[in-house]
Amino acid sequence: MPHPSIRSRTGRSRTGRSRTERSRTARSRAFRSTRTATALAAAGLLLATAAACGGGTSEGGGDSAPKTLTYWASNQGTSLEHDKQVLQPELAKFEKQTGIKVQLEVVPWTDLLNRILAATTSGQGPDVLNIGNTWSASLQATGGLMPFDAKAMGEVGGAQRFMPSALASAGAQGKDPAAVPLYSLAYGLYYNKKHFADAGLQPPKTWKELVDSGKKLTKDGRYGLAVEGASIPENVHHAFIMGQQYGADFFTADGRPSFDTPQAAEAIKAYVDLLGKDKIAAAGNAEYSENQSLRDFATGKASMLLWQATTSGLTNLGMKPGDWGVVPIPLPDPVPAGGRPITSFVAGINIAVFKNTDNRAGALKFVKFMTSDDEQKILNKTYGSLPSVPSAQADPAFQTDDLKVFRSILEKSAAPLPQVPKESEFETLVGTAMKELFADAASGKQITTEDVRAKLKTAQQKMSG
Amino acid sequence: MVLRRRALPYLLLLPAVLAELVVHLVPMVTGLWMSFKELTLLYIRNWSEAPGAGLDNYKVAVDVNGAIGQDLLRSFGVTVAITVLTVGLSWVMGVGAAILLQEKFRGRGLLRAVFLVPYALPVYASVITWSFLLQRDTGLVNHVLVDQLGVTGDRPFWLIGDNSFWALLTVIVWKSWPFAFLVLMAGLQGVDREMYEAAAIDGAGMWRQIRHITLPALRPINQVVVLVLFLWTFNDFNTPFVLFGKAAPPAGDLVSVHIYQSSFVTWNFGAGAAMSVLLLLFLLVVTVLYLIFTSRRRPAHA
Amino acid sequence: MPSSRTIARTGERGARTAPAASGPPPGRGGGGRRPRSPMAPPRSFIWTRRIVLTLLTAFALLPVYAMASSSLKPLQDVQGEFRWSPSRPTIRPYIDMWDTVPLADYFVNSILIAGGATVLSVAIAILAAYAVSRYRFPGRRVFTITVLSTQMFPGILFLLPLFLIFVNVGNATGIALYGSRGALILTYLTFSLPFSIWMLAGYFESIPRELDEAARVDGCGPIGTLFRVVLPAAVPGVVAVTVYAFMTAWGEVLFASVMTNETTRTLSIGLQGYSTQNEVFWNQIMAAALVVSLPVVAGFLLLQRFLVAGLTAGSVK
Repeated sequence: MPHPSIRSRTGRSRTGRSRTERSRTARSRAFRSTRTATALAAAGLLLATAAACGGGTSEGGGDSAPKTLTYWASNQGTSLEHDKQVLQPELAKFEKQTGIKVQLEVVPWTDLLNRILAATTSGQGPDVLNIGNTWSASLQATGGLMPFDAKAMGEVGGAQRFMPSALASAGAQGKDPAAVPLYSLAYGLYYNKKHFADAGLQPPKTWKELVDSGKKLTKDGRYGLAVEGASIPENVHHAFIMGQQYGADFFTADGRPSFDTPQAAEAIKAYVDLLGKDKIAAAGNAEYSENQSLRDFATGKASMLLWQATTSGLTNLGMKPGDWGVVPIPLPDPVPAGGRPITSFVAGINIAVFKNTDNRAGALKFVKFMTSDDEQKILNKTYGSLPSVPSAQADPAFQTDDLKVFRSILEKSAAPLPQVPKESEFETLVGTAMKELFADAASGKQITTEDVRAKLKTAQQKMSG
Repeated sequence: MVLRRRALPYLLLLPAVLAELVVHLVPMVTGLWMSFKELTLLYIRNWSEAPGAGLDNYKVAVDVNGAIGQDLLRSFGVTVAITVLTVGLSWVMGVGAAILLQEKFRGRGLLRAVFLVPYALPVYASVITWSFLLQRDTGLVNHVLVDQLGVTGDRPFWLIGDNSFWALLTVIVWKSWPFAFLVLMAGLQGVDREMYEAAAIDGAGMWRQIRHITLPALRPINQVVVLVLFLWTFNDFNTPFVLFGKAAPPAGDLVSVHIYQSSFVTWNFGAGAAMSVLLLLFLLVVTVLYLIFTSRRRPAHA
Repeated sequence: MPSSRTIARTGERGARTAPAASGPPPGRGGGGRRPRSPMAPPRSFIWTRRIVLTLLTAFALLPVYAMASSSLKPLQDVQGEFRWSPSRPTIRPYIDMWDTVPLADYFVNSILIAGGATVLSVAIAILAAYAVSRYRFPGRRVFTITVLSTQMFPGILFLLPLFLIFVNVGNATGIALYGSRGALILTYLTFSLPFSIWMLAGYFESIPRELDEAARVDGCGPIGTLFRVVLPAAVPGVVAVTVYAFMTAWGEVLFASVMTNETTRTLSIGLQGYSTQNEVFWNQIMAAALVVSLPVVAGFLLLQRFLVAGLTAGSVK
């Protein structure tokens, strides 16, 4: 075989050069005409795609056969597989009752919103899906979800079936809900009973008590409190709860952002101070974003935790029921002027019907099934959440000390997160600002109210429109 | 017959053109169109109804006095710094390793494989491992720096705050340099052995051979490697996204993630598109300048 | 596009200038001493080599070592303070990892998708690179520039349009593209295509045209020449491009997160399943990452032989 190492330098460069020269004139001529052609083609494409983007995809969402449904479930259990094991038998029941086969996909939280977004954009998605209830108003505004008008609501059993506070977290006020509540949760203050007993402390009712207890409990490598400082949703949930207590709403009545109020700055500073000034949370918490704070609490490294109802989360990590107690999140004492005695937002998961479904009746049947008393009991029992229909809450499974506390929080001192379309933007921007504040505080920087306000101001400027 | 010969190059290009058209060019043109629209969550379901935004998206993006423009500029600066350092370090490490592994010695094959390992691991797996190593309280990096070497007393943060720049740089270089190594190693195979032998006969030492034979011979390959690494790092999304999550700290906020934040997370696709187009223009200019510069130099010697 | 046909030229220039710069011809000091063979490098070189290679090895393998050691620890130990070696070694993570997520399915998906994308991408790139390097035709420059510029567009932006296109094409033709492996293969192949074409064109150009001409004389057509002469001589380049194409597809996160569903989910998305609502199964992530990477590393080792073969073929007299 001839071999590349036979290289004739002179021959190669000579042929090379002459070839280049020959082609140069031809190329420039051709280049001009190709450029015109390219421009034309591009213009054509632009029109074609612009046309394609128009509502041309209204048909064809979901499945074509009315005897099947596609359901996107969110990850509620310990793993995606666990969710499948929990849901599959229930779906089989539904198929037995109605003859409708449900194709289940458990979508991880990291992907869920993107998947919904893609589905909304293209019209091609599931028939029924779970959404985080804080997304309700945002998704409602896209028009991608079927509104639960009086008729649809009637088909799933009527609005009066659902806990009012939970249903209030399913879309903007004055509009038909974009979803109905499926699993309900609330925030509470978890405390380690043994640590508290050893130190002779009672669970705190005010923030001052919490900080004082925290300081007493912070010793020998243990900390009074664990916080999830780098978690955007956790941060923003606490911003909202404390904001309510200090009288900050983050949105005006007509839905416009107003982040940089003195009240909001006070509230967020008080939360960040738990780590920065009071030092009852370890500096390392500032980079927690994967529920390490839950682990720190479960393993006794921290004595308190502000968390949503999670029995299985703690038992999985080796705690036994009875090792911990739950009380409502503390309030400032006294509650500042304009502040409200709110200790949680209405947390939970909603179930929605995708507007492009071609099996509306089947989808509603499925929603009705999932929110029926029986299913509510079974599923919420497994996931450690509360039924969103009061008629299922009487079940003995929900009469544990913890769940009774959470239920009373939901009934008495929980407020829905702002139900405005820009809620997800608010979550991202304010949550990120708080992550940065935590990072500063953890590296020893003094956080002032002005710092917080400046961050909030920047966050607000970044809101679109 | 003549026609067939004329058509041949086009036939050869056809599959590539079709694939690029579907996956890149049409979406690209759509992206351009998006950048002139007010494509917020209210319109994503029905794009054609999105109101025109004129140049508003661009104005916001380049207004360095506004919060959005300021952040974009900062993110751009971080990206440029990371990219320049990554390209430089990866090239030096890649070319160094390629040259050092050129001569046969015991264990050479093994080392070649070892150096390619960072490249062979799925990005998610390796970057999540790095994030595990870089944890403040329980990570290997601080264990070595603080507990074993005692470099600093305070445990530094790597995944939040200003150090995140160095953390990100380390991970990207770790991930990129094997590619430089691989391509440069392949490039070295094209260098004629005879030249080394001739040089050795002429009494040129190892270092001189490297300087006068190896490096010049790599020049055409360098042109590709540097450009690939540049564009690759500049548009890297996977690494910062997995390392820092959806909200990267300001010091590690690469522009891709930044645009993701400004479009996907906040559902403002028009603004994200405008930022992307600006980025594209910048990269085009840099690339064209780079190609002109690197290609001009050579004919001068011819 | 700048040509890369200069490998030989610049190389020879180097060879020519080297002796001129090194002063008097051989045989100066050592009288009859044989010139130093390139096979016996100087001590300084050997020491540099040892030190540098050790450092690079440490850098490359540090995370891999941490993966291996963490994959053998119980979860509590992984979560605690870092230790170099497992104090209570266990292989449970290697058993549990199959139950936490359907790892085997994800692995098959990844291999099918990355493999498919690689084969197609390299094949398409070879044809295109051959055209670009061996023919001068109108539109050549437009083609190379356009293709290259696609590499500069942030993926983030065309994610949604691309998704729309797939859905529309799917609706129009009845082929379910969205969520299918085919759609991802098509997407990923174009990710690696521009640079593959560019790099291969560079390699092809460094192969002397005299070879082509010889093949023509022997009666090969253009395609025959490509497969009989150009490709065999460009094996190292093709291998490098193959590896590049494979890894580009193998590690992609963003598009996979939107364009896959449960049955087509790839590893880079699937591995995130170990990070659940309550718990990150670090030890299982590490175990799974190691297990799924083994075949890929093994493949690299195999390909590396070809790389070497390609190069020895290139230096035989």
